[in-house]
Amino acid sequence: MPAFTPPPLPSDDKRWKIVNGTMRKNGFARHALIETLHTVQSSFGYLDDEAIRFVARSLRVPLSQAYGVVTFYHYFSLKPPGKHTVTICAGTACYIKGADKLVAAAEKRLGIPQGQTTQDGKISLMTARCVGACSRAPVVLRDGEVMGEVTSGQVLEQLERWAVE
Amino acid sequence: MSETVSNVKTLVIDEQEVSALAGQTILDVARENDIYIPTLCHLEGLSNVGACRLCLVEIKGGNKLLPACVTTVFEGMEVSTHTERLQKHRRMILELLFAERNHICSVCVANGHCELQALAQDQGVTHISLPYRNPELTVDASLAQFTVDHNRCILCTRCVRVCAEIEGAHVWDVMGRGINSIVITDLHDNWGSSSCTRCGKCVQVCPTGALFDKSKVGSDHPKYPDFLPYLNLMREAQ
Amino acid sequence: MTIEELEQIAKSVCQENEKYDFEVNVCMDLACSSQGAQQLKDALVKAAETSGKNVHIRRTGCMGPCSSGPLVRVDPEEALYHHVNADHAEAIVNSLGGAPVPDLQCDLNEHFDKQVRVVLENAGYIDPEKIDEYIARDGYKALLTALTEMTPNGVVHRITESGLRGRGGGGYPTGLKWGTVAKASGDVKYVVCNGDEGDPGAFMDRSVMEGDPHRVIEGMALAAYAVGASKGFIYVRAEYPTAVGRLTAGLRDARRRGLLGNNICNTPFNFDIEIRLGAGAFVCGEETALLASIEGKRGTPRPRPPYPAVSGLFGKPTLINNVETYANIAPIVRNGGKWFANMGSERSKGTKVFALTGKIANTGLVEVPMGIKLREIIEVIGGGVPGGHTFKAVQTGGPSGGCIPAEMLDVGVSYDALVRLGSIMGSGGMIVMDDTSCMVNVARFFIEFCMTESCGKCIPCRAGTAQMFTLLTRFCNGSGTMDDLELLESLCSTVKEASLCGLGQTAPNPVLSTLKYFRNEYIEHIVHKRCPAGVCNIQAPVTDQKEVLA
Repeated sequence: MPAFTPPPLPSDDKRWKIVNGTMRKNGFARHALIETLHTVQSSFGYLDDEAIRFVARSLRVPLSQAYGVVTFYHYFSLKPPGKHTVTICAGTACYIKGADKLVAAAEKRLGIPQGQTTQDGKISLMTARCVGACSRAPVVLRDGEVMGEVTSGQVLEQLERWAVE
Repeated sequence: MSETVSNVKTLVIDEQEVSALAGQTILDVARENDIYIPTLCHLEGLSNVGACRLCLVEIKGGNKLLPACVTTVFEGMEVSTHTERLQKHRRMILELLFAERNHICSVCVANGHCELQALAQDQGVTHISLPYRNPELTVDASLAQFTVDHNRCILCTRCVRVCAEIEGAHVWDVMGRGINSIVITDLHDNWGSSSCTRCGKCVQVCPTGALFDKSKVGSDHPKYPDFLPYLNLMREAQ
Repeated sequence: MTIEELEQIAKSVCQENEKYDFEVNVCMDLACSSQGAQQLKDALVKAAETSGKNVHIRRTGCMGPCSSGPLVRVDPEEALYHHVNADHAEAIVNSLGGAPVPDLQCDLNEHFDKQVRVVLENAGYIDPEKIDEYIARDGYKALLTALTEMTPNGVVHRITESGLRGRGGGGYPTGLKWGTVAKASGDVKYVVCNGDEGDPGAFMDRSVMEGDPHRVIEGMALAAYAVGASKGFIYVRAEYPTAVGRLTAGLRDARRRGLLGNNICNTPFNFDIEIRLGAGAFVCGEETALLASIEGKRGTPRPRPPYPAVSGLFGKPTLINNVETYANIAPIVRNGGKWFANMGSERSKGTKVFALTGKIANTGLVEVPMGIKLREIIEVIGGGVPGGHTFKAVQTGGPSGGCIPAEMLDVGVSYDALVRLGSIMGSGGMIVMDDTSCMVNVARFFIEFCMTESCGKCIPCRAGTAQMFTLLTRFCNGSGTMDDLELLESLCSTVKEASLCGLGQTAPNPVLSTLKYFRNEYIEHIVHKRCPAGVCNIQAPVTDQKEVLA
């Protein structure tokens, strides 16, 4: 049987080399699937079919298995994120301190349910299981930056600022 | 000789004394002795996943219920397979399945040949008291020979296992999680444009009408999963 | 590396510290950082330069009382300042050598007096990215002592003697687990650290990994020596980027110092650790699911036996403990099992770190001896419920735990006592609820969590939690009936007894415990269509509206 040759990189985009680097570091072993998907997501912002197909073929993981993994873990996204992301923590401490009201306010303002991005691609509204800053509940991540003891007013103000950018 | 002797275990299943080989599962031993334990995700010839929980049994001395399909026997084990507690859980599990998706026997291709239907009759599930979830699910008829109707899928993963373990193609897998799980081919592609080999093994092992042969719609539609032990035997011999 | 070399490093750190007249420690854990701790530290550095004083300004891990943050501790006076911002930098630097800044000093003596710090002993005292500071506080001494003076069996024995039980929630005796893996046959074995802190409302493990990463690394190395493993994995949530960074730096520094790698301390012992990122699945806290995830698969649990101790990662014998368990190991090896066993209660030894949050005055991390009364944690250490509200319940154990009412607060905290109350110890989240929380809504919140986190493999958990959620939603919107309540209790029983893994088996706990202690609230929702706490949005029944109109 001829030795296995991984498929060629999908394009000249340098980011594919970073993805390939993760796989090479792990000897193209099947168990590197999640590690590699993390690299794809941090390089490209999300995982599209082309990326999943490339990683699956390179690691010799069945396509359906790779897709099963991608969709099992909530951290992986199949769609490109908005220019800005507001993430509202939905952990217990935040819930007790009224995070659901923040989510409702943001959903109403943006006209999208949580987990989606506005039509113009400007803002993604996400919720997180818990970011571990429970003592400052309710917590909101503004493009990844932790803000504590947040009110609905503050969330709306931020969304307003992004909207007019 | 002494080694052989120590490999034989004696145990009691439903007050019947039986003997078994070390490493055998409770389910294997029960079936050898014509003791009935209901199963759904288990299929002779495929790996066991212990997922449907219908084969749970009680073991004396332990409070936890254990799946007979993966629990191996030990000397002096006392197994009960049909206590009231077990029957109550079995009926609830079947109710949960019926309420989870859209199972309407009267219009199903598998009517009369469905393992879920047979189990419900067997366990005395006459009505469903749980609220029906009525999810909106798709039917994929893009392949010439077979169709997948997700409304009737119970996520037993027999199709996933037979495709990966026996056919060796691993075209099927599960995507999503929890109540939103569904079986998929490749990257959630249409079955017709997937890398499926069209062998039809998944259709034969599907316990319900979720996977069916198009040529048999409207007619009597039995399935034949008995090829599995035979295939395994032939492969071992090679 | 030898013991002598280790002592030499410790000595040089002390000499280095002695060059300074003062130490100003700035807590830079998540809560303090989110309130400008970085700007504060920069301002302190600038103020110190301007003043010409000889000050060592150090960033540290979590100091504990997050609600008072940003926190600064000035040594050697041990003056603790709260709610500090960059504008206070000058005043703090000016006060050095004189009286402390009065406006900033916080009185948290009662808060600290009841605590015993073992796991958190370094948090707030060292820079987490400086391995030498860890070494100066007896770091890696346990590892070197074990490698040079103890047999692997001796280490297992010491852990057994300590009575330490798994801090991830289950409370399985750690020594027994180690002994099983040590006895398992096979050349290749693994040690795994579960840092997938998924309980919403808990952040102990994050703080330990971020504030004292070498404690975890040393604990894992000791475990590897004890059970005969040469490879370890730390599985960390991707949502904790700082923890990943600190651990990565920690592993690099430990390798440089020869504390990881081949022939550690000139002994035949080889050991190294890799970090694996989680990807947002609570179920991966379950050990077989965690292992599947490290193998790059969907994080679905499998039936046990075989236990990971016999057949775990890649089918090899595997030891899995959580972050806090590993953080307890070095002090036990250093101070002896009896020292540890002297703390705590009869069957729960040592201390436990809790993340105290919710409707309580002093939120943050606390470490208390096992056996302490819940009342002391909440009323004394936590400072009680603020804002004139009354305490209603404390939730422990996250989505697998339960709600404990006021009348049970005099129970001492232990694995067994919490189970008797219908909750569990869990990993250490402790969320206080007051009269503004609706217990039916709380139960619905947790079931929604379990429903979305269920892997979907087994039917009772996949479909059962979804049905429970539907029924609880009915109660919350006023359409539930007493028949629904009966159905809910029946579902709880099946999900609890028939589910495949711990997630499903414990998912009904929040419902069962609220039904046990707050059944009247369910009845109010069902019969009187009223939410006593005013949380649920119940539309007034039609008949009532008619009366109003009349």
